[in-house]
Amino acid sequence: MARKISILIVDDEESVRDSLFNWFLEDGFRVECAENAKKALTILESDQFDIILADIKMPGMDGLEMLRRIKSLKSDAIVIVMTAFATVDTAVKALKDGAYDYVTKPFDPDDLTHLIRNATKQISLTDENETLKKKVVSLENVEDLIGESEAMKDMLREVESVAQTNSSIIITGESGTGKELVARAIHANSPRKFFPFVSVHCGALTESLLESELFGHEKGAFTGAMYNRKGRFEMADSGSIFLDEIATISTKMQVELLRVLESKTFMRVGGNKEISSDFRVICATNKDLKNMVENGTFREDLFYRLNVVNIHIPPLRDRKDDIPLLVDYFIKKYCTSMNKPPAAIDSSALKRLQEFNFPGNIRELENMIERAIVVGDGKKIGLKDLPLEKTFVSSSAESLDDFEKAFVLQILNKYSWNISRTAKALKVDRVTLYHKIKKYDLKPSDQ
Amino acid sequence: MSLPNITLISFGYFEKELLENTAEAVRNEFHCSVIIREGHIDLSDFFDQTRRQYNANNLLKLVDSLHFPDSIKTLGLFNVDLFIPILTFIFGQAFLGGRCGIASLYRVSNERYGMPEDNQLLLNRFKKEVIHELGHTFGLIHCHNPTCVMRSSTYVEDIDQKNQQLCPNCRAEIDF
Repeated sequence: MARKISILIVDDEESVRDSLFNWFLEDGFRVECAENAKKALTILESDQFDIILADIKMPGMDGLEMLRRIKSLKSDAIVIVMTAFATVDTAVKALKDGAYDYVTKPFDPDDLTHLIRNATKQISLTDENETLKKKVVSLENVEDLIGESEAMKDMLREVESVAQTNSSIIITGESGTGKELVARAIHANSPRKFFPFVSVHCGALTESLLESELFGHEKGAFTGAMYNRKGRFEMADSGSIFLDEIATISTKMQVELLRVLESKTFMRVGGNKEISSDFRVICATNKDLKNMVENGTFREDLFYRLNVVNIHIPPLRDRKDDIPLLVDYFIKKYCTSMNKPPAAIDSSALKRLQEFNFPGNIRELENMIERAIVVGDGKKIGLKDLPLEKTFVSSSAESLDDFEKAFVLQILNKYSWNISRTAKALKVDRVTLYHKIKKYDLKPSDQ
Repeated sequence: MSLPNITLISFGYFEKELLENTAEAVRNEFHCSVIIREGHIDLSDFFDQTRRQYNANNLLKLVDSLHFPDSIKTLGLFNVDLFIPILTFIFGQAFLGGRCGIASLYRVSNERYGMPEDNQLLLNRFKKEVIHELGHTFGLIHCHNPTCVMRSSTYVEDIDQKNQQLCPNCRAEIDF
C-alpha cells in the first residue's frame, strides 16, 4: 500500500496557509504549516516532508534562501516555490537552486492538482527505485564464485547447506580469496535473500565511527550528528549483515557486539530507545581467531557466538586446477566491460600462471588479467602481457637466501646472462654478481 | 428514532425546483432529513475588489457561525464566483470532518463557458457538488474511484465524469 505523502506549507499569509491546508487535507495528504522559513527549518529538523511548498517573499529569511538551506541538507527534497510577483529572473534562480517547480499566486486549481500529482509520482518512483535497488543488491548473482576443484566444490556444498539456516558464520581465508563473495552467496541462497545484504568493513573505521555505523545515532549525539541516522544493524533487518575484518575490532566493540548478537536489540548512539532488528551475522577474517583468543586479544565468548559455522576458503595455490577456469572467466568479464573482442590466452602464459603461487590470490589473478587486456593486442594474451616478472619470484621461497637466489637467477635469465646488464639492473657491481652466482651455484641452464 | 437533519441554506436567488431536487439527492445519499433554509446577508462584505470574486474562506466562516441545533451539518449555497487566496476559483469547500461547507452554482452553468443553457446538466452538476462538499464534512477525502462523487474535480467536465453517488468504499467510511 502506498504511504501517505506529507506536505509542508511555508507562507507568511495565514489565509494562504489555511486555504492550502484545507485543500491538501481534502486530498488525503498529511499537512503541516509554518509561517516563516525559520520555523519551517526547525520543523524539518525533527520531521521529514515529501513536498515543501514555500512562498518566496517572506519577512526574515526568504524562500530562496530557505530553498538553498533545505537542498544543502537534503538534496532530493521536492521544493515548490510560489510567489505573487512573477519574474523570469526569480523563477530561473529558484530552478537553478534546485526547486522542483515554480508557481505564481493565485494558481488554477487544476495546475495545483497536476503539480502535486507529478511530484507525488516522482516520490513514488524514487521510493520504488530505492526498494528495487535494495532488492537487486541483495540478489546480486554469485557467478563470480568459480571453481571445479575438489576444495572449491566442498566449500560450495558447505555454502549451500548453511545458507538455509540462521546460524552465525565465520568465513576464513587469505586476503583476496573472495570472502565477501562467499558471504553474498550465502545471503543470496538464504530465505533472507529478498531483504538487504549490508556489508561493513570493520577494519576501515575507527572505534567511534564503527559504533555509529553499526548502531546508528540520534541527532546531536556528537558534533556533526545533525540528523538521526539508522545503523547497519537496523538496515539489515530481515536480511544479513557482513562484518569484514572482524579481528580488527576493539575490545569495547567486542563487548557491544556480543550483547547485540545475544539480544538482537541495541540503542542508537545518544539514543535511549531500544531498537530490535532481525539479522543474520556473517563475519570474515584473514587472521587466526582461535590464536587471538588464546592470546587474549579476541573475546572467547564472542568467538564462540560467531563461530557456529566456519567456512574456510582455500588459497588459489591450493586449487591451481581452477586457474584456467578463472582466467577464462576474467577474460570474458573484462573483454565485455571494455568493449573488446573476446581474447584468448597463450598456452605458455597459462602454464606460467599455473606455476605462479599468487600470494594475493584471486584478486591478484583478476588484476593481472585486467591489466593484460588493457595493455595487450586484444587477440591473445601472452607472457609479455602478464606482470609475472614484476612480481619477482615464486613465493615458494622460504628463506631470504632462497628468495635472493631465485631473484638473481630471474634477472640473469632476463638479460640472457649478460653480466654487465644484469649487474646494472640489480644495482650491484659485477664482482658482487659473480659472488652471488658462485654462492648459489647458478648456471644458465637453471631456467 | 427520527433521522438526523442536514440544512441547506441558500444565499441569493435560487430556483425552488433546483433546491428541492438537490435536497432530494442529499436525502437519498446520506439517508438524512434535509431542511431548506434561506439566508439573508450582504454579500458585498465578502467581495474582493482586486479579484472581483467572493472570499470563500470568509463565507465558510460565516456559515460556520450559524447554529441550527436541529441539524448535524449545514451547507451554504451561493450563486457567486468563489475564490480562496491561493487559487483562481473554487466550486466549493468544507471543513474536513467539520460541521459545515459551502458550494456555488456560479461556475457550473454551461453559459459560463460559452455553451448553450442546459438546466438538467446544471442541476446534475450542482447536486454532485453539494454531495461532494457534504462528504467532506463527514470526513471523506478525495477518492481515486473515477465514478465516485468524492473524486476531485477542478473543471466542470470533471464533474460530468463522475456519478452523484458515493462509491462503496466511501460509503463504508461514513458512520451514519
